[in-house]
Amino acid sequence: MHSFGYRANALVTFAVTILALMCAMASISDNFNHPSPSAHVEVLNINWFQKQSKGNDEVSMQLNISADLQSLFTWNTKQVFVFVAAEYGTPKNSLNQISLWDGIIPSREHAKFWIHTSNKYHFIDQGSNLRGKEFNLTLHWHVMPKTGKMFADKIVMTGYRLPEEYR
Amino acid sequence: MDWQGQKLAEQLMQILLLAFAVVAFATGYISGSFQMMVLIYAGGVVLTTLVTVPNWPFFNRHPLKWLDPSEADKHPKPQEAVSAKKKPAKK
Repeated sequence: MHSFGYRANALVTFAVTILALMCAMASISDNFNHPSPSAHVEVLNINWFQKQSKGNDEVSMQLNISADLQSLFTWNTKQVFVFVAAEYGTPKNSLNQISLWDGIIPSREHAKFWIHTSNKYHFIDQGSNLRGKEFNLTLHWHVMPKTGKMFADKIVMTGYRLPEEYR
Repeated sequence: MDWQGQKLAEQLMQILLLAFAVVAFATGYISGSFQMMVLIYAGGVVLTTLVTVPNWPFFNRHPLKWLDPSEADKHPKPQEAVSAKKKPAKK
């Protein structure tokens, strides 16, 4: 501590190191949160179901997505990224996952929601395997922290089925 | 700053920063506000800087006793040892 500059440097270094430790502790505190989210997705309507000129099936559907993700938020949560994916198997691919809709939940107040929408992203198969196809809809979420580790999980909903014929 | 002052300044700096960090984390965690933690800690860092970095008078309570100039002249500085090898004088 021999001079102004010396003391200023020592203080800044120590302060930043302590800040890093506080952020680590804040991230660790997220592990004490045991969330209990719930979600439900309903296929209200199949808008159209066609085979494209390239030979791939495409379907457009109306979805009703409702969820209560409030318990995911902690003091260290910046936002929650949520998306709905369709999952099914084909002879070519044992598992196909297609993101149909996503959104960002900026705060706890917005985390209990329902939305009535058509699929935001195209539901296109690699091939024409979708007629009569049974598929799952999964709601995934990524809890993005202000500092530290990101947590991700999902809810799988089964029992959906596409029509037998194009329309 | 004198030596005692330097030690005091360093200890004060460490203790103040740690104390503010603990208070900031506890307040932030309990009130569920990350912003509160950051604000309290930032305020603590500024306060600690103002207390420990400038050369305040209370850091100089045990000043070094420098020798008086007139006293110093009475005690000549020790001479550097002259080199034993002398250059041979050219005839």
